[in-house]
Amino acid sequence: MNALLAVPVITPLLGAAIAMILWAHPRWQRLVSMVVLVAVLIDAVLLLIRVDRDGHVVSQAGGWAAPFGITLIADRLSAIMLVVAAGIFLTVMVYAVGQPSVAREHPAFHPLYLLVGAGVALAFVTGDLFNLFVSFEVMLGASYGLITIGGEGERVRNGMTYVVISLLASIMLLTSVGLIYAATGTVNLAQLSLRIAELPGGVQGAFAVLLLLVFGVKAGLFPLFFWLPDSYPTAPSPITALFAGLLTKVGVYAIIRSQTLLFPVEHRPVVLLLTLGSLTMVIGVFGAIAQGDVKRILSFHIISQVGYMIVGLGFFTVSALAATVLFVIHNIVTKTTLLLTSGLIEHAGGSSRLSRLGGLQRTAPVVAVLFLIPALSMAGVPPLSGFVAKLGLVQSGFAVQQWWVVAISLAVSLLTLFSMSKIWAGSFWGEPDETPERAPVMALGRLGGPPLMIASTATLVVAGLAIAALAGPLYGLCERAAADLLEPSSYVKAVLG
Amino acid sequence: MSIVLAVLAGSLFALGSYLVMQRLLSRIIIGIGLIGHGGNVVLLVSGGASGRPAFVGDGEAAVSDPLPQSFILTAIVITFGITAFLLALAYRSWLQTANDLVEDDIEDRLIAREGALDEDVVDDEALELAQAADEAAQ
Repeated sequence: MNALLAVPVITPLLGAAIAMILWAHPRWQRLVSMVVLVAVLIDAVLLLIRVDRDGHVVSQAGGWAAPFGITLIADRLSAIMLVVAAGIFLTVMVYAVGQPSVAREHPAFHPLYLLVGAGVALAFVTGDLFNLFVSFEVMLGASYGLITIGGEGERVRNGMTYVVISLLASIMLLTSVGLIYAATGTVNLAQLSLRIAELPGGVQGAFAVLLLLVFGVKAGLFPLFFWLPDSYPTAPSPITALFAGLLTKVGVYAIIRSQTLLFPVEHRPVVLLLTLGSLTMVIGVFGAIAQGDVKRILSFHIISQVGYMIVGLGFFTVSALAATVLFVIHNIVTKTTLLLTSGLIEHAGGSSRLSRLGGLQRTAPVVAVLFLIPALSMAGVPPLSGFVAKLGLVQSGFAVQQWWVVAISLAVSLLTLFSMSKIWAGSFWGEPDETPERAPVMALGRLGGPPLMIASTATLVVAGLAIAALAGPLYGLCERAAADLLEPSSYVKAVLG
Repeated sequence: MSIVLAVLAGSLFALGSYLVMQRLLSRIIIGIGLIGHGGNVVLLVSGGASGRPAFVGDGEAAVSDPLPQSFILTAIVITFGITAFLLALAYRSWLQTANDLVEDDIEDRLIAREGALDEDVVDDEALELAQAADEAAQ
């Protein structure tokens, strides 16, 4: 059993159990969460270094040899995702501890948060289709608790939509696993990769579309995204930020993994991926433009950005997949930052509705800077990280001569910039609302918010800038990850020997 | 492969889908339960022909495949837990609003109203939604 692979899954589970025992001691709960998340982050970085140096790290749970036991495996993509996820979990936890709200006070928050972490980590390192289903369930089961935490009005209603849709998608995933098992007799991803290739073409295509469909619900793909903008914005802002940044990307990761590993080149649904990706981009951004609430605008942008990733996958070249991986990294960091900032805006302005906000540029200038940088980055303004990632996607789109898709993605970038400037004009410009009931919850201070919240958001802003500054080496890493993805035989060899 | 089981799985999915599309959360929960059973039946069928002994076979390859059955066990535990959570949510919703209707999103209605204001044409449904949204906002 390789400890590097086990730690990101086992420690959050243990931490969740300990945090449950410490139900009545919030300070100790915070300590446990911090220790666990720091340990996971260190472990993930070590794993990434090791994987990038030696290739795949494989571990068979319980010592059962590959097709029979549950395989845990990390390639470059999983290790990269694990590092980014661990970093996000840690910073969002710092933010949640700094925010005086239900997220900090509710005793169930820490155990559930760590359980989500365990599920996300397991989804990234598992090499087994059924285990992937279980990891989704661990992650989603805990997220149901987080999204309805406190059980107040709006949260219950929107939580219902989320739970029902996620549960239906999970059952569909389970059924697909059953069908795939019936056809191949295995659920080990490496062995599936060999056996699916022997099936008749139509069956392969059907499985590819089935898996795209079930993971598409989790990723927020058109036309399966409708649950997302209803359910995410009502949760407390650190939880919204975590879900928006990470959970949809776990779905995207599962799509990338299943489409590249399981299906041979000629049966990949390329046209479907490109069409759905383009539609997701367009519909997401149009939805965002219509909204009048900061969190809802940002939630619709999650959908629009997922479109870019699916389009990048649909090109199926090394450079396109490298750009996709870079885009996923950039998007996780930027999206989380933006939603954390929307929490700061809500804190400073007393609301997240644009019609009730205004003049924050004067009352909370630090928040304005913390919003502006990731917002421009998401719209793809050079020299920020979004520009680098989108440039990679556009170039690889040209290389495979998908002019329409490239044109759509550029137009969507422009519309993204438009809706970001809508938030900017609505909340930072104009006159502050002086009526007493709109006054901030507490004194804003010099920073414009509680220091821990500002500090953790600032850390993520710096991380986003670092992605742009280190784009060269990072792109090299993503390119190696993409080469791994397009060469499934090395993955199969690492698992089955 | 048993036709009966295939038909059973299909009808469970069909009935479940119908119930999930209702507005009352209690019906949705029953629908989800049915779809979950449908998924479990599909898993069971994926293990191969029926009628084989569970543990001890009387020859080679005559034992039924235990893996799908363990999948089903896992799936039942997960669906059971989440159904319990959904029931708790439905109860909570009933405590708050005295019904367990899954309502439209208020924000969606507000945005639908903006569309109605742009048009000179009278859109009855949008106006109705707008009135409902006003009531909800108060």
